[in-house]
Amino acid sequence: MENLYSLAAHRLKELMVKGEAAPSAILDQVFSRIEKFDPKIKAFVLANKEKAKRSVNNPTKLKGKLAGIPVLMKDNICVKDEVTTCASRILAGFKPPYDATVVKKLEEEGAVLIGKANMDEFAFGSSCETSCYGPTKNPWDITRIPGGSSGGSAAAVSADETILALGSDTGGSIRQPAALCGVVGLKPTYGRVSRYGLIAFASSLDQIGPITKDTEDAALLLSVIAGYDEMDSTSVDLPVPDYTKALSKDVKGLRIGVPKEYFIEGLDKEIEAGVKAAIELLRSLGAKVHKISLPHTEYAVGTYYIVATAEASSNLARFDGVQYAFRAGNSRDMIDMYIKTRSQGFGDEAKRRILLGTYCLSTGYYDAYYLKAQKVRTKIREDFDKAFKECDCIITPTSPTPAFKIGEKMNDPLSMYLSDIYTIPANLAGLPAMSIPCGFSKSGLPIGMQILAKAFDEETIFRAAYTFEQYTEFHTKKPKL
Amino acid sequence: MSVKYETVIGLEVHLQLATNTKAFCGCSTKFGSRPNSQVCPVCLGFPGSLPVLNEEAFRFAIKTALALNCRIQELIKFDRKNYYYPDLPKNFQISQYDMPLSYNGFVDIAAADGRRKRIKIKRVHMEEDAGKLIHPKGENYSLVDYNRGGMPLLEIVTEPDMNSPQEAYDYLTKLKSILEYLKVSDCDMEKGSLRCDANISIRPEGEKKLGTKVELKNMNSFKGVKAGLEYEVKRQVSVLEDKGKLIQETRLWDAEKGVTASMRTKEEAEDYRYFPEPDLVPFVVDKNEIEKIRETLPELPEAKAGRFQKEFGLSDYDAGVLTSQIDLADYFEECTKLYPDAKAAANWLMGDIMAAVNARNININELGLAPAALVGLLKMVDSGSISGTMAKEVLAEAIETRSNPEDIVKKNGLAQISDKGSIEEIVKNVLQKETKSVNDYKGGKKTALGFLVGQVMKASKGKANPVMVNEILKKSLGE
Repeated sequence: MENLYSLAAHRLKELMVKGEAAPSAILDQVFSRIEKFDPKIKAFVLANKEKAKRSVNNPTKLKGKLAGIPVLMKDNICVKDEVTTCASRILAGFKPPYDATVVKKLEEEGAVLIGKANMDEFAFGSSCETSCYGPTKNPWDITRIPGGSSGGSAAAVSADETILALGSDTGGSIRQPAALCGVVGLKPTYGRVSRYGLIAFASSLDQIGPITKDTEDAALLLSVIAGYDEMDSTSVDLPVPDYTKALSKDVKGLRIGVPKEYFIEGLDKEIEAGVKAAIELLRSLGAKVHKISLPHTEYAVGTYYIVATAEASSNLARFDGVQYAFRAGNSRDMIDMYIKTRSQGFGDEAKRRILLGTYCLSTGYYDAYYLKAQKVRTKIREDFDKAFKECDCIITPTSPTPAFKIGEKMNDPLSMYLSDIYTIPANLAGLPAMSIPCGFSKSGLPIGMQILAKAFDEETIFRAAYTFEQYTEFHTKKPKL
Repeated sequence: MSVKYETVIGLEVHLQLATNTKAFCGCSTKFGSRPNSQVCPVCLGFPGSLPVLNEEAFRFAIKTALALNCRIQELIKFDRKNYYYPDLPKNFQISQYDMPLSYNGFVDIAAADGRRKRIKIKRVHMEEDAGKLIHPKGENYSLVDYNRGGMPLLEIVTEPDMNSPQEAYDYLTKLKSILEYLKVSDCDMEKGSLRCDANISIRPEGEKKLGTKVELKNMNSFKGVKAGLEYEVKRQVSVLEDKGKLIQETRLWDAEKGVTASMRTKEEAEDYRYFPEPDLVPFVVDKNEIEKIRETLPELPEAKAGRFQKEFGLSDYDAGVLTSQIDLADYFEECTKLYPDAKAAANWLMGDIMAAVNARNININELGLAPAALVGLLKMVDSGSISGTMAKEVLAEAIETRSNPEDIVKKNGLAQISDKGSIEEIVKNVLQKETKSVNDYKGGKKTALGFLVGQVMKASKGKANPVMVNEILKKSLGE
C-alpha cells in the first residue's frame, strides 16, 4: 500500500470513504514526516501536533469536503490564539484574537490545521531567506532555496510534510515556490478569496491560494476557501462553482496564447524548452496555440515595486510597539520607542521596502511614481483584456530560472526582484494564474509553467492543467530526502 | 495714518456622527464606557483586519451634505492619511483626500448689518476618529483608550468667507442648528462630538491677496472660538503695526489665560503621504439612493422660520430665535397646538423660559416644564385667576422645583380673587375703617385712592384682582 502522506487529498478522501485510511493514521504519518525531515527542510515555524490530534479525535469536527485532511497555513494567515508572526521579529509571540476567514472555512469543512509555514518576512522575497527563522530548504536540493515568499508551504507539500497548504501571492509568492518545488500553486482572481485575516503586504495585490500536490487538490481547496466575505470589501460577490467539476480531460479547441515578451533573454534554456514542450503537448491534444503580445510586460516589475512597496509602507506602519508583539526596551520617549522597535523588529528587506514605499508616496514624488505606476497598471490590465479576446488562457514560464543557491541573490536585490518577472503581471491585472510542474532540469530541479485566464475563470486554468497532468507524470515525482 | 485691516476666517468642523456603530466595524459608539471596552480587531487595527464601510454613517454623511446644499461626488473613494501617533492604531487614518464625498455647498447667516450672508462650504468628507491618550498625573507613562477610535467623523470645511469672529460664531451656531435638525450628531462640544479649528489671517482693507494664515486649535466652545479669534485678530494687527512679520503656523488657544501660543510652524508640518485606501473599493453612488435620502431631510431652520412667520404671525426676529434650535421650535409648535395665542407663547418662551434654559446651560426638554404645563400657566393669566406678575413668580418656582404651575397656584392658594362680591365685601370693610382717607379723597385729594387700593390688597393678602379693586373702589366712593 502507498504511504498515506504521499497522496493527494482527493485520493485520501476516496480511501477514507472506502475505510482504507483513517484521519488519525494520516495525521500520524504526516507528523512522522515532519519530525523526520523538517529539521532538514525547515518548512514549519510551528507544528501543532496536539491541537491537530484534538481535531482528529473530535468526530463532530471531521465533517465536510476536507474532513480529516491536514492543511498547513502560511505564517501570515491569522489563526486564533496561535502564534502568527509573518516570519518577522516584530510580531514575535503575536497571537491573533481571531481566525482568518479562510481558516474558518477550512475548519467548517473538517480540515485539520497542523501548523504554520515559513515564509519571507512579511512575504518580502522570492527565496524564503528573509525569514527571521532562517531559510527553508528546497526538498529537491537542500543547498537551494525553495522559492518565496510561500517557500515553507511549497517545500512542505513537496516533501510530503503536509497534504495541502495555503500560501499568499502578491507578485508570485505562491506560483514561484510551487514551480521551484515541483508542486501546484494557484493565485486566484483578486477578490475570489477573502483576505480577512491575511496580514497585508500589498492590499490591492494580495490573494490567498492553494499549494497542492496536483490540480485536482487545488480545485478542491479553492472550492472551500473561495467566496464573498462581508468582512472584506474587496472580495467579490459571485457564486463559487464546484471547481472539481471543471476537471475535464479535454482541451480540444482551447485557445492558448503564448506571449512573445515572456520568452526573452534571461530565461533559462531548459525552462524555455520545458514550457514549449508542454505547449506542444497541449496542441497535440487539440488546443489551438496563438502567439500573442503583452506589450507593457517590461514595465511590470518596476510598476509592481512602486505599488506594492507604497501599500506595504502604510500597511506595516501599525507595527510600532504600542499595542502588541515586539517592543524594544530602554526607550527615552515615544519617538525613540518607535525608532528602536522598528529598527530592531524589521529585517533588512522589510526596511528596504518600507523606505521605497514611503519615498514613492512622499509629496513631490507621488505623481512621478505612484500615480504613474497606477497608469501603467491600467495599461498592463488592458494588454490582458485585449489578449483574452484572442485566447482562453495564456501559458508562460513561472520562473525564469530553476531554484537558485541559498545566498546566491541575497546581496543583489535587483536580480532577486527579477525572479518574479513572469508572475507579477497577473497580480497587477488581478487575474488568476497557476503554476504546475512541467519538467525537470538536467540537474533534477523542477520546472513550472504558468497558466493564466480571465478574471474569475479559474475553471479554464483547471481544465488545461488537469488535461496536461493526465498525459504527464511530472506532478507525481517526489524528491529524494 | 493707521492702516485698517480686514479679517479673513475659514472654519473646519469635525463632527461625530450619531450612528449606533463605528465607521468601519460593528463596535458600539456609546459615550463614556469603560476604556477599551468598545473595540475589536478592526478598530484596533490588528494585523489582517479589514475595514467595511458603515452604510448608516454614509447615509448620515450624504444627508448632512444635502442639507448644506453640497454637490455629491459621483464616485466615492477613501484615502489613507499616514502619520504616527499612539492613538491611531494603524498609524494611518482612513479619510478622503482629493475626492471628498461632497463639495460646493453653503450656509446662510444673518450678518451684522442684518442682511443675509452666504458662507460657502468647500467640502464635506468622511473619516474615522482616533482614540484618546490619557496622561495620569505624576506618572511617567501614558494610557490609550481606543473606544473613540474608528468612530465616524464628518469634516466640514468652509471657504475663507467670514470676516469677523462674530460671523464665525454665527456660522457655527447656524451650522449646529442645522445639524441638530438633521439629528445626525449630538453636537456636544464638551463630549468632543463637535470640534472646531479655524484658519485666520488679516490683510489691509482693499488688498486682494490673502494674508499669512494661522491655524487655530483647541477651542472647546463656540464662545472659545470667538474669543480665540478675537485674540488672534488683535495679535496679528499688533505684529503688523510693529512692522513685524506673521508666520504661517498652528497656534493653540488657552482658554484659561485667554491667549494663543504657537504649536508648530509650517516647516514642521507633516507629509501625510495620502494615497487611495486599497482595502475599500471605490463605488458609484446611486442617484435614486441620494434622492431617497433627500426625501428624508426634515424642514430646516429657514423654512421653518418662514412658516412660523406666515402661520403664527411672528416677526422675522422671533421666528429666527424660535427656530434656532430644533427642540425649541418643536416646543413652541407643541404649545401652539394647545393654545391659540402663539405670540404670547412665543414671548414667554423667548423671555423667562429661555433665560432659565440658558442660565442652566441645558436643553429646553431638560427643564422639566412640558408645553402643556406652560400653556396651563398662560391660561390662568388669561382667565384672570393669576396676574402676569404672579405668573412670572409661579413659573420661576415651577422650574426651580420641577413642578406643575397649576399645582403651585393651588397649593399656595395664589389664585386671584376675581369674584365681585368678595371684593365688594373687602372694600366695604376698608372704607369703614379708613374714614380719613375717604374724606380726603372726597375732598379732592385723588392720591388717597392709591392708599385705599393698597389697603384692600393688604386685606386680601394680595390676591384681589387689582383691576377690579380699582373699579369697585371708585364706584363705592361715588364716581
